[in-house]
Amino acid sequence: MAVKAGRNRERTSGTPQPIGFSRSPLGRVGMVLRWIALFVAVVLFLLPFYLILRNALSTEGDITAPSWTLFPSHLQWGNIKELFSDTQVPMARALYNSAVVGILGTAGQLLLASMAGYGLARIPYKHADKIFYAIVATLMIPGAVTFIPSFIVVSSLGWVSSLRGLIIPTLFSGFAAFLFRQYFLGFPKELEEAARVDGAGYFGVFWRIVVPNSLPFFAALAAITFIGNWNSFLWPLVIGQDSSSWTIQVAMSTFITAQTINIHELFMAVAVSILPLVLIFAFLQRYLIQGVTQSGIKD
Amino acid sequence: MSAPAKTRTEPAGTGTRRGSRRRKQGIAGNALWFWVFVGPFVIGLLVFSYLPIIWSLILSFFEAYNTVTPSKFVGLQNYVDMLTDRNFLSSLGTFTIFAVFIVPLTFALSLLLALLVNQVKIARAFFRSVFFLPTACSYVVASLIWKLSIFNGVRFGLANTVLGWFGVDNIAWLSTVSPPWYWIPLITVRLWLQLGFYMILFIAGLQRISPTLYEAAYVDGAKPGWQVFRYITLPQLRATSVAVLILNLIAAYQAFDEFYNLIGNVNYARPPLVYLYGISLGQIQDLGHGSAGALILAAIIMIVTLLQSRLFGFGKAGD
Repeated sequence: MAVKAGRNRERTSGTPQPIGFSRSPLGRVGMVLRWIALFVAVVLFLLPFYLILRNALSTEGDITAPSWTLFPSHLQWGNIKELFSDTQVPMARALYNSAVVGILGTAGQLLLASMAGYGLARIPYKHADKIFYAIVATLMIPGAVTFIPSFIVVSSLGWVSSLRGLIIPTLFSGFAAFLFRQYFLGFPKELEEAARVDGAGYFGVFWRIVVPNSLPFFAALAAITFIGNWNSFLWPLVIGQDSSSWTIQVAMSTFITAQTINIHELFMAVAVSILPLVLIFAFLQRYLIQGVTQSGIKD
Repeated sequence: MSAPAKTRTEPAGTGTRRGSRRRKQGIAGNALWFWVFVGPFVIGLLVFSYLPIIWSLILSFFEAYNTVTPSKFVGLQNYVDMLTDRNFLSSLGTFTIFAVFIVPLTFALSLLLALLVNQVKIARAFFRSVFFLPTACSYVVASLIWKLSIFNGVRFGLANTVLGWFGVDNIAWLSTVSPPWYWIPLITVRLWLQLGFYMILFIAGLQRISPTLYEAAYVDGAKPGWQVFRYITLPQLRATSVAVLILNLIAAYQAFDEFYNLIGNVNYARPPLVYLYGISLGQIQDLGHGSAGALILAAIIMIVTLLQSRLFGFGKAGD
């Protein structure tokens, strides 16, 4: 949405510039300075990505050489094979865990939150307000300080070092439910009414009318949620006390502190770990930005 | 937030064809359907949000080493211990220093990026993507690059190589306590990771400003540039600015990943969460003190957030 609005404005607001620097006496100088600032920023923002690529394809000697060079002495593609055949590094397992956590966690969270949001927005029930406030109240509790309380519950359920422990406690996002409720309140009622007249119940209307017509909203939240799950660190660190339940983030972090992995392998692991996100970014960027604006402003 | 009354939307069954029998069933059925939709979520919230908090509250009045069951009632002792614990207090100090740097820097730089990108006429999507791309990276990934590649202080590393060109000796970035060089990696890593996110919020805010306001200012003779920015753009961005400041401060309070991965559990530069992680899940699993500390921290965050939103009038200016 933001993207489209931007393009439209670019076309319609021809005469007055948004901030009109170019109309000032310093127009030309200002223009040049602006472009210089932009290019410096672009280089600084892209540099870390270049470093990942460079180091992932370097030999260990290239990375640890006393003086740093822009390019490695040669490109060592074998690093990727080395990473996955290293017996002391459960990298394949960690990637699998991350994929399961990312996919199931995202699907589960969206399913639960969208149903809750729809129920709150559309099904008349006398205690709906109280339930809604009980959900919103959980947003007041700062997320990260709950890791000790949550650990206490998950540990008494016997879920430490398990995929269940990694996924299930993260599924109930009050914030996602809140966003879905707000979204469904604005969903055109006419579409639903047509289906209801045809005899569909709440479930039928939800599955066959509401969800299919809300896919961009789902995509936006899915992109955000998947990235959040994939990158999540504190909770997997708390739960993953056994290396079989490490996610990719915990695995990388553990290897850096323990120094039991070769540095070029570690950078290859970094490169592998950001690959799914770069793909999401490439294909879903529009939805991602939409999700950020939705989830950011309303917080 | 919209009025809660809005939840009661349509009358139960429109019941046109089958008359009142169906309508009655509809009303009874609504409660059932409500719980079918909302129930699973609410149960999960009770088990994984309310129960943990209550359990943690109980545990904070007890001694609980290596156990999640309360063993010996100690009253408020855990709270007293934590509030007089020099390490816990210094972790709050670490946070304060961090927030003093990161909040204004993030605010100013993300607004600057948004203004720059918004004014570009060509390849705007490209610039926006470049600045937004790091948002997809994890703190672990960024910490590894910062620690092992850019700010590696031992003998290799990009920062030391560049400084070497100017004849500056190698700096041990992450372990030099005086001067506190470790703040440079800690702050730059977070800037890299989150500027794009806040930039997107600002761009969205900028695009909501009506062009007619700028036209009016232009007609009224406002000087393009600083005057227009000061009197039109900035006031119009008020709601976004408040959101950015509050989100940013909360995020700073919850700093864990980059401190843990860049520096670890050391007594300098240790934010509250790293310290709490250490005492509750480290060598001695002291969940009693850990719970007390977590609740103190939660209380501080909520109070500061409330004060800040009062101060800046969050919600008043919201659209």
